[in-house]
Amino acid sequence: MAASSVAASELLYNMKKQILILHPKASCLIRRISTRSSRHYSQPQPRAKSAPEQLVGVVGLEIHAQIHSNTKLFSGSSVRFSAPPNSLVSFFDASLPGTLPVLNRRCVEAAVMTGLALNCTINRKSLFDRKHYFYADLPAGYQITQQRRPIAVDGMLTYSLLGGKKRNQVMRKNVHIKQIQLEQDSGKSLHDDLRSQTLIDLNRAGVGLMELVMEPDMSCGEEAAAAVRELQLILQALGTCQGNMSEGQLRVDANVSVHRPDEPLGIRTEVKNINSVRYLARAIDYEIRRQIDVLQRGGRVQNETRAYDSKTGETVPMRDKEGLQDYRFMPEPNLPPLIVYEDNTSLPTGTDACQAVVVQKIREGLPELPSVKRDRLVQTYGILPEHSFTLVNEDGLVEYFEAVLKSTKKEPRKVIGWVTNSLLGHLKQHDMSPGLSSCPRRAAGTPGNGTHLLFGCQAGVPGNVEVIRQDGLTDHPRAGFGTC
Amino acid sequence: MLKDYVPPYNATVVQKLLDQGAVLMGKTNMDEFAMGSGSTDSAFGPVRNPWSYSASYTEQTGAAPDSDWVVSGGSSGGSAAAVASLTSYLALGSDTGGSTRNPAALCGIVALKPTYGLLSRHGLIPLVNSMDVPGILTRTARDAAIVLDILQGQDMRDSTTVPAPSSPTELPEDFDVKNICIGIPKEYHAPGLSDETLAQWSRVADMFERAGARVEQVSLPHTQYSIVCYHVLCQAEVASNMARFDGLEYGHRSKVDASTEAMYATTRHEGFNDVVRRRILCGNYFLLKQNYQNYFVKAQKVRRLITDDFKRVFSSGIDVLLTPSTLTDATRYHDFIQEDNRTRSAQEDVFTQPVNMAGLPAVSVPTALSRLGLPIGLQLIGPALQDKKLLSVAHWIEQRVGFPSIRDFEDSSERRNEIGVTKTKQTSAV
Repeated sequence: MAASSVAASELLYNMKKQILILHPKASCLIRRISTRSSRHYSQPQPRAKSAPEQLVGVVGLEIHAQIHSNTKLFSGSSVRFSAPPNSLVSFFDASLPGTLPVLNRRCVEAAVMTGLALNCTINRKSLFDRKHYFYADLPAGYQITQQRRPIAVDGMLTYSLLGGKKRNQVMRKNVHIKQIQLEQDSGKSLHDDLRSQTLIDLNRAGVGLMELVMEPDMSCGEEAAAAVRELQLILQALGTCQGNMSEGQLRVDANVSVHRPDEPLGIRTEVKNINSVRYLARAIDYEIRRQIDVLQRGGRVQNETRAYDSKTGETVPMRDKEGLQDYRFMPEPNLPPLIVYEDNTSLPTGTDACQAVVVQKIREGLPELPSVKRDRLVQTYGILPEHSFTLVNEDGLVEYFEAVLKSTKKEPRKVIGWVTNSLLGHLKQHDMSPGLSSCPRRAAGTPGNGTHLLFGCQAGVPGNVEVIRQDGLTDHPRAGFGTC
Repeated sequence: MLKDYVPPYNATVVQKLLDQGAVLMGKTNMDEFAMGSGSTDSAFGPVRNPWSYSASYTEQTGAAPDSDWVVSGGSSGGSAAAVASLTSYLALGSDTGGSTRNPAALCGIVALKPTYGLLSRHGLIPLVNSMDVPGILTRTARDAAIVLDILQGQDMRDSTTVPAPSSPTELPEDFDVKNICIGIPKEYHAPGLSDETLAQWSRVADMFERAGARVEQVSLPHTQYSIVCYHVLCQAEVASNMARFDGLEYGHRSKVDASTEAMYATTRHEGFNDVVRRRILCGNYFLLKQNYQNYFVKAQKVRRLITDDFKRVFSSGIDVLLTPSTLTDATRYHDFIQEDNRTRSAQEDVFTQPVNMAGLPAVSVPTALSRLGLPIGLQLIGPALQDKKLLSVAHWIEQRVGFPSIRDFEDSSERRNEIGVTKTKQTSAV
């Protein structure tokens, strides 16, 4: 009997080893959206002491995108970044009694545009609700949001990752968008521990937000970061949100849990306070590792909110506000249902077309989306997908690339290598970006075979980049870009 | 909470009046945050009904006004008292469950509760956003029509307003009742209805019949559920609307500053009376996730049924409904406060609040004095946006009931005052 059990356990052990070997290779497979069972673990292996199957990460995202509009969602106050505190506050924003919300049409159009770009179904009729909680930065004691019926549901975001051994294979992945809803932003609180007080700035209170909920279709920080990056590019192309995470225009909270494939999802934690795409990836990966550690030590993951500390690279539990909140949702009685119309023919008689939000008109006016742009660049210039990916990924690089081609009339395939490797590398070294420039670009120097390019840049200062040939001669005119 | 608060903007309805050259004489007393039906729960004290001082009351009953004065009704009691005591031509009130019609009936004046959405609520501190309307209180129906014309109309600042129907300003002097059908809802024979009010109801119904109008009994079967449904929805909205009063941005702020939460709690405790606090607590209870379906959503469904009751009646040939406004004439203050606010509201609002649930227009018209010498009024209810027609019918009644002016019953002691100095009448109208 002892002998057979030894043989059995050896057999089991060998099987486990086989699985361990197989898994890394499987990590590059593209997953389908709806099958939860085929999650893949694309991270370096943790110390797998006793885990028979690998725990894999499951990541969902809740994203708040500030709508790029002149005025707030329900009031006429201006929307501006870094204005003097409490200078952009109307009576309604300050919750003075007797004031009523008036819906901003531009915000509705922005939400519809974003929904269309993400392949969502636009709800012809959507509703507004009140979400109640007491906090100093919420003057009315409730936030107006769309809990019952948001403006857009059921979409999909396709994003790309550079993977493979040389990180030059473009892999396409999908994440399901559960919904997009319109809601109010809250004010800002600044905690002054010295004087034991909190200072409230209501400039941001009432600014329009689009909350996008991404289903837990991602499995690691890299995927989440790529998805958010793609979303940023889309929003910026649409003009509905400027997408700057460090300025708070795009806020991402990650819902992270771990489980074994084919088992139910684990307890999730919410990770907040993430100020950049890079930190997003790190925070998620840290949290996945932390949860796996906890489980492997026999502990349990708590359902909690954690904050990412960028200095330590760790997530720490956030101060528990009030345990489980009951938001006492109630329909917003001051706002009738929001109706958007499919096309001009479906408008009720007597309605002016410019008074209504017409989906078809918005659809026709959609600008070129990043994915389409990438394909177009590949088609037009015959460059490789991974180069196109890099071009579109960096603000302003496409414009620069096309400008160089125009002036130098060189072959795209030759220019592209220079642009994506040398140029970009140097820019990154000096922490500059090719975008933001309104100066006309005149490409100088012709990156030909054997030409070694040198750059002289003044770091941080509006760039004066000279393209110098190896023989030391400067080509004129000078290439100038960077912020003007 | 708002004792020292001065609003930095004008309500749309106020601005419209000012634009027409109206002179704002003052602001009147009321139940705190419009919660009440007697104007007895105010930080400034209760409102006394001007008829308490009329000879009709004092001589009939031998009552001493200072101890036996009667309530003015509520919650817009101060406004009704101002108009009834001839202090003002017009007063504005708010009507959520009868708060304009109730005091109008008890003070012997006309009140119009307009169709929901006809007058802008921008600047009206909300009680129940889905039922509130600004109310118009005047001494005659024609005055109310003039004011309605000025105040009605869509307001960009209030997303729940509708364009006003076009109709002539002047009410017809010779309204022909032969063309109309008056409905008498049988469910409005409520328990507690005084025999005198019932008598007035019959009297006016008979008047219509004799003049050639059709008078029919109708049924509004869900009336019995109305008051409970109203309470649930009212309290839920109240809890929500009062959440903004935290002492941070404006209004009363408590001196306690141990923490934000402590400051909130004491500010709200100090700033609200117990009526308001009770309603907030109830409302929050109904809005809890586990209760929402059973209370709030259920109440909304019943509200739909009540609205449908009215719709059905009005689409079956009835032009106007005739009902009492209140159960009895005005009650003595000392008797009134024997019951708590909630009980009183439940009793007094029975005729008036279904109208708010359905968003329909209604008018209260004084018809006669009771045996105590106090006014009795009746209510007319019409289909949505037919406010002018309603006022026309009210005017027809006015012309025929012969309701006396309060001037006819000046305080007997004043008549003995031969010097001619007018003694200031004691009313609580501010």
